[in-house]
Amino acid sequence: MEQPSPVSQIKLHHDLKAIWDTPPGWGFLSAVNHTVLGRRFIIAAFTFFAIGGVLAMLIRAQLATPRSAFVGPDVYNQIFTMHGSVMMFLYAIPMFEGFAIYLLPKMLGARDLAFPRLTAYGFWCYIFGGSILIGAMLLGVAPDSGWFMYTPLSSSTYTPGINADIWLLGITFVEISALSAAVEITVSILKLRAPGMSIDRLPIMAWYLLVTALMMLFGFPPLILGSILLELERAFDLPFFDPTRGGDSLLWQHLFWLFGHPEVYIIFLPAAGAISMMIPTFARHPLVGYRAIIAAIIAVGFLSFGLWVHHMFAVGIPHLALAFFSAASGLVAIPTGLQIFAWIATLAKGRPRFDVPMLYLAGFFVIFVIGGLTGVMLAMVPFNLQAHDTHFVVAHLHYVLVGGFVFPMLAGAYYWLPHITGKVSDHKLAVPAFWLIFIGFNMTFFLMHLTGLLGMPRRIDTYPAEAKWEWLNLLSSVGSFVMTIGFALFVLDIILQVRFGKAFRRNPWQARSLEWATPTPPPSYAFASLPHVESPADWLEPGSLGNDLAAGRGYLGFTRNGWQETLGVGMTDGAPDQVVVLPRSTTLPFWTGLATGTIVLCLLFKLYWLALLPFAVTITLLLCWTRTTGAQSDLGPLPIGRGQTALVHWEAGQPPSWWAMVFVLAADATLFGSLLFGCVFLAMIAPGWPPAVIVLPSYGVMALAAILMIAAALFGRLALRDLNRNRAPTAWLGSAALAHLGACAALVWIIAVDVVDPTQHAHQATLFALLGYAVLHAGVGCILALYGLQRQRSGKLSPIRNLDLRIGKLWHDYAAVAGLVALVAVIVLCWSAGGRP
Amino acid sequence: MPILGTSLLLAGCGGDLSALDPAGPNAHNVATLWWIMLWGSTAIFLFVSLILCLALTQRGQRLLSPRWLLIGGGLAFPSVVLVALVAVSLALGERLLVYANEAPLRIEAVARQWQWEFRYGDDTNIATLDKLHIPAGRPVDFAVTSDDVIHSFWIPRLGGKMDAIPGHTNTIRLMADKPGTYGGVCAEFCGEGHAIMRFSVQAHEPNEFNDVMQQLSASRAERQQ
Repeated sequence: MEQPSPVSQIKLHHDLKAIWDTPPGWGFLSAVNHTVLGRRFIIAAFTFFAIGGVLAMLIRAQLATPRSAFVGPDVYNQIFTMHGSVMMFLYAIPMFEGFAIYLLPKMLGARDLAFPRLTAYGFWCYIFGGSILIGAMLLGVAPDSGWFMYTPLSSSTYTPGINADIWLLGITFVEISALSAAVEITVSILKLRAPGMSIDRLPIMAWYLLVTALMMLFGFPPLILGSILLELERAFDLPFFDPTRGGDSLLWQHLFWLFGHPEVYIIFLPAAGAISMMIPTFARHPLVGYRAIIAAIIAVGFLSFGLWVHHMFAVGIPHLALAFFSAASGLVAIPTGLQIFAWIATLAKGRPRFDVPMLYLAGFFVIFVIGGLTGVMLAMVPFNLQAHDTHFVVAHLHYVLVGGFVFPMLAGAYYWLPHITGKVSDHKLAVPAFWLIFIGFNMTFFLMHLTGLLGMPRRIDTYPAEAKWEWLNLLSSVGSFVMTIGFALFVLDIILQVRFGKAFRRNPWQARSLEWATPTPPPSYAFASLPHVESPADWLEPGSLGNDLAAGRGYLGFTRNGWQETLGVGMTDGAPDQVVVLPRSTTLPFWTGLATGTIVLCLLFKLYWLALLPFAVTITLLLCWTRTTGAQSDLGPLPIGRGQTALVHWEAGQPPSWWAMVFVLAADATLFGSLLFGCVFLAMIAPGWPPAVIVLPSYGVMALAAILMIAAALFGRLALRDLNRNRAPTAWLGSAALAHLGACAALVWIIAVDVVDPTQHAHQATLFALLGYAVLHAGVGCILALYGLQRQRSGKLSPIRNLDLRIGKLWHDYAAVAGLVALVAVIVLCWSAGGRP
Repeated sequence: MPILGTSLLLAGCGGDLSALDPAGPNAHNVATLWWIMLWGSTAIFLFVSLILCLALTQRGQRLLSPRWLLIGGGLAFPSVVLVALVAVSLALGERLLVYANEAPLRIEAVARQWQWEFRYGDDTNIATLDKLHIPAGRPVDFAVTSDDVIHSFWIPRLGGKMDAIPGHTNTIRLMADKPGTYGGVCAEFCGEGHAIMRFSVQAHEPNEFNDVMQQLSASRAERQQ
């Protein structure tokens, strides 16, 4: 095997730059680089934070005095709905994504994330979705049913305009970006690390982000399903949530909070990860209780999915269930408390040094501990029934979210900004900004606990003077303006630092983690060569390591074929097992995002048939992404430096894209599970059952559909077997596509002939949803089979290059299993409704 | 400081919607629970702050061994507190249901955008709008439901709230200790009239309550003729 000739450090830098840099000018649309996109995510999220902040000011202006006539209830309802939605979906989640996208590869010792084009696509979906929401607000048609959109208030009977559709479609659009980020973060942490970084040497931030991303994969699908069902109800009158036709508004609450509670921890955990990186630096001591913290994070991940009912204590839940969810809600305080004590222990063991990030972390401690304590109070059922839906809850949630996310992010901004800009500031404004934010925050929200206990419900636009809330509200409003001045100072300070900060050589905080081993500001390829990690990645020597890497003395310290290369490793042992070749700058994600956005706009304006056009464009563009991937000949093991070799990823056993499909299917299965839960919930709990007309499905056609779905999966497997035996898989792939198509036809026949009218009753609507899910999966299966055919024709398949068919196989198998479960569910639902043959 | 400030403020805070000025056994129990939790939380907050200060100033090193902090502070301490708290709150919660020997009166509370209708008894068809009459000293079972969107039935001085959900009927038992007037509100956001969806509660002496019911019945009969 020929070794690449050694090159000088400057030439290496020059060559890597030529390959990795984003083109200038209009080329900004083609950026797929994590450093560039991470920065853009952070800036965009902060812009949305400012918009959400202005909305908060309007809320406080309205509530400052009793009988306020500042805005009417119609406008006020839009303002508080948008404040919540913007802060949750357009600020908190994208801000953590931005941090993760920017920092993760650098902390893991990789050159980029696993799917750079997906990062870019997610970014454009986020920008377009967010713009739809803000645009609607400027036009005065923003959502106005509260950020949790309870039905039937949000259904077309009580909110007939476009407002609720904006929320359902716009937020779902943004969630595509969240889900793609979740898949990407999960796979990148598991596969794209520096060699030697076994799973027990991961930087603690990676553990936090891994659990967060997995929680997103299982937490977002219930909300996406809920949004789809509610939009189906609003657009096509399918009565999933309509109590007069067998639907139930409580189903929405279950689906929403099944997402909504994990969401709180999805926001908190990345911030806690940032804290766990900063505290050791300033304590000058490794994190105490690394393993205990990992156990705590995983415990939080699991527990947070068992707590959603504590948002619903007042909906009439049986006593025993109340006790269970109450205890579980209290229980989550234990792993959270454990992390706090681990941070304190790290400070106690170390020799703490004080600087601006530590000041903001002190603010975090105070505010978050108070928020945690009021959280335990709210977990107690009798107290919850008094405090629920009052300003006490508003105070609590702001203590948790501002304490648990905003303060750590401010600390993180001061901590990592030098990494992004290569400059340090002299902290003139950071300290007064902190005190204004801290005092203003407590003044606003500490008093609000009392306002709530004095009986002020949340989301009211006016209150009478005799209610005795006016002083508290006025003080809260004054506090909120103090806080705003603090944030303005923060922004000014950041601008000054970016503009006039002093340059520094490397690692201003003497941090010990890998991201500080890159040059600062980091080049597009992050590392000129990749390190070999032999100890916990939280406690390295970034200074000397950085020099070695810059000199090209690590892995991949060369360029080849103009490829963007990084290394894939074994998930647990961290041994290098593949060279991952990443796609270069392209505008495809931008155009795909734009096409997806056009679908959303068509749906918003109820142009359902026209929506098929951008839909087809989106699919076509997505297929275009694959044109540059793969190769037409087998390459075999390639040198990776340090005398080692590895296969290129499309020849390797389990490359990132294979894992991505596994995680996508896991999220998809969660959505399907939520759908099954919804169907059973309606049949058992909802009022208005049994339905007047019960569907009698045609068992013959159902059997045919089942056979075709199984056949499609079987043909997919046979195609792979033939390819592995070096025979053309053409016939089997064609058969698989036809079988999928046949299954689609049979399922559509059942919908058209047996279900007939899904608007009649939730019974028909749920059957429609189940069968529709199976149709969609057979449809995508057909596309994937045809894609396999196209790959065969373009010569990109061989017994070694069989990845495309293996990914296809995963889908065909899942489609068959899910389709069969859907058919069984249809039969069970018909029988239980009384439609026994 | 904030705690002291809160206590001072409370002294001057009545208001007919204050959950901290209980007027029935249900609200009393919750208020008791609240004061226990408030002082307990204050103690915990001061304790955690103290430990954090010790850690930052590098004092009490022996006390702050990682083992003590993680196992004692992170596991043992919250476990004990939580078990005790859940037990107390369950006990207080269950007591809400059994506080009277007398058979409860049943009143239907029907919410709609944006008013409350109260229907009394089983067959008399007496109803009032946005004004609720109850007998003092006798438990009342409210059957809460809605005609349109979700609302929430809440009389803070008497006790917790219960959601009014279309298609479902939820029951909550409340009692006023003494005759008097109490405020009621809709607690769940229900659209443009959410803020004005209030009602007042008049608790009467038992005899007086019967008189009111008879008057309502008579005026209804008059209107029907």
